[in-house]
Amino acid sequence: MTEHVSDRLSRKASRHVKERIIEFLLFGAAAFSVFITVAIVYVLVKESWVFFETVPLSDFLFDTQWTPLFDDAHYGIMVLLSGTLTSSGVALLVAIPLGTIIAIYLSEFAGFTVREVAKPFLELLGGVPTIVYGYFALTFITPLLQKFYPDLPGFNLLSAGLVMGIMIIPYVASLSEDAMRAVPMALREGSYAMGATRLQTALWVVTPAATSGIASAYILGISRAVGETMILAVAAGMQPNLTFNPTEPGATITSYIVQVALGDLPHGSIGYQTIFAAGLTLLLMTLAFNLLGYWLRKHYREVY
Amino acid sequence: MNADKLQRIRSIILRAKRWDLFFTLLGILSLMVGVLTFTVLFVDMAIQGVPRLNLDFFTSFPSRRAANAGILSAWVGTVLVMLLTALAAVPLGVAAGVYLEEYAPKNWITDIIEINISNLAGIPSIVYGLLALGLFVYYFGFGQSILSAGLTLALLILPVIIVATREAIRAIPQSIHEGSYACGATTWQTVRDHILPYSSAGILTGVIIGMARAIGETAPIITIGALTFIAFLPPAPFSGEPPAGLFDWIFAPFTVMPIQMFNWTSRPEAAFAVNAAAAGFVLVFMTLAMNGLAIYVRYRLRKNIKW
Repeated sequence: MTEHVSDRLSRKASRHVKERIIEFLLFGAAAFSVFITVAIVYVLVKESWVFFETVPLSDFLFDTQWTPLFDDAHYGIMVLLSGTLTSSGVALLVAIPLGTIIAIYLSEFAGFTVREVAKPFLELLGGVPTIVYGYFALTFITPLLQKFYPDLPGFNLLSAGLVMGIMIIPYVASLSEDAMRAVPMALREGSYAMGATRLQTALWVVTPAATSGIASAYILGISRAVGETMILAVAAGMQPNLTFNPTEPGATITSYIVQVALGDLPHGSIGYQTIFAAGLTLLLMTLAFNLLGYWLRKHYREVY
Repeated sequence: MNADKLQRIRSIILRAKRWDLFFTLLGILSLMVGVLTFTVLFVDMAIQGVPRLNLDFFTSFPSRRAANAGILSAWVGTVLVMLLTALAAVPLGVAAGVYLEEYAPKNWITDIIEINISNLAGIPSIVYGLLALGLFVYYFGFGQSILSAGLTLALLILPVIIVATREAIRAIPQSIHEGSYACGATTWQTVRDHILPYSSAGILTGVIIGMARAIGETAPIITIGALTFIAFLPPAPFSGEPPAGLFDWIFAPFTVMPIQMFNWTSRPEAAFAVNAAAAGFVLVFMTLAMNGLAIYVRYRLRKNIKW
């Protein structure tokens, strides 16, 4: 048993050890992603815990004022949430219809060349830094809107939301298109054979078959909108404002965090902890959307 | 009677064709909304900003007077932060992607890692900023430095690189693996000599796209507390008080391009808006160039490789 046929084979043991070490290192890299999630949850919960020892949860959820940096401090997250929901609502009103139409057009109507040009272009549109979109909303869209609606304040949720919508179109369009293209050709051919037109096939055969993919594209769009920061910080003003009227200025959860980070709050103060409580709220919201998307994919998936 | 029926069928076909045409136009129109917005954004910024672009703009520090202000500290900061981001994210991301494609057994640990990565991609960037503020800035004590910013952006683009690596590896036919194993190669030898070289173009595409995203990220870097007014450069290697080292700059305070632009955008004076436009133009140009490069690499890849 001790004699090896050749000395090359005798190195097998060391070779095996080396393989195991490399595998372990690579596993470490993959497991590191889990560590990131754990660290995010740990940091947010730890700082928020201290915050909720001072501020009761009921105040956080039901107070209608958000003035954490004033002497008369109120911590009503509803105020920030209203800004987030309003701006996201405007953005989705733009992104979901336009994104879906573009997806249907590219997948069912457009020729090969149009698609080959349009898809990379959409990617470029999605790659523009959001601070640039913010600048565009503030210096171009808001003055443009003021021409039609002179009472619009210089900072408002409407123009930020509109530009955010344009920013999200590529995500919605690209993912929905992928889902539609994955629908097997036989379904389309069957529909055409029955005398259906392109539009009828697209709307009543392809779209229903791709529902789960389209739904997860929408969910991704929603979580992009909720998490978007710089467009709102630049163009929507940063005054906390409990409103669902998009023509008013407002702060969102994300723009509040930016506002505090720009100031000089001492580490460990209650103001410093508010941004972690706000961040935890944001994380829980996006987590809920992610879970919803996961569930939709699982339950409405059509397998061919 | 027959002619009547034919007439009816014809009118139905005509109506259907009209609807098809209508939707085609609607589709082109929607696409145009995107194209037009982008064109207007780019041209508007170019008209305002390009006259401001001269050598002085790239070699001056920010200043209280808009006409003298430049982006020297901003672009140097961006380059250094990107360097650290790439150094941290590329090895980690590629290693994780290789593990998941080539090594990972089918069990619950792998499932958790996979679900976790797709989850990470959906977390807003500002939450990464909060993580970095708690972890890098205060817990590890890196402070509000280039190191903190580089690592933050590395975490942010890690999912992009992992997913790109996995897709590039999955595009390699199984027969390559089998051929390599049949010759007696170990898993690592197969990965090192075959999988990594053949997937390198695909991985590169993912890395470029990830870096293009990182270059424009503003929110997480503001959150860790990057300063908006920096009128000095990070120390060059071996330049400070002894014992000065090669890597003193990683602990230096810094600013980056998007933050400089944000700073100028949020000032009321019109002259600073011009500076913001100029900085924005440079920023968009950089991201466009990087994305264009990625698209080109992918195009070449699709054209050249026939397994």
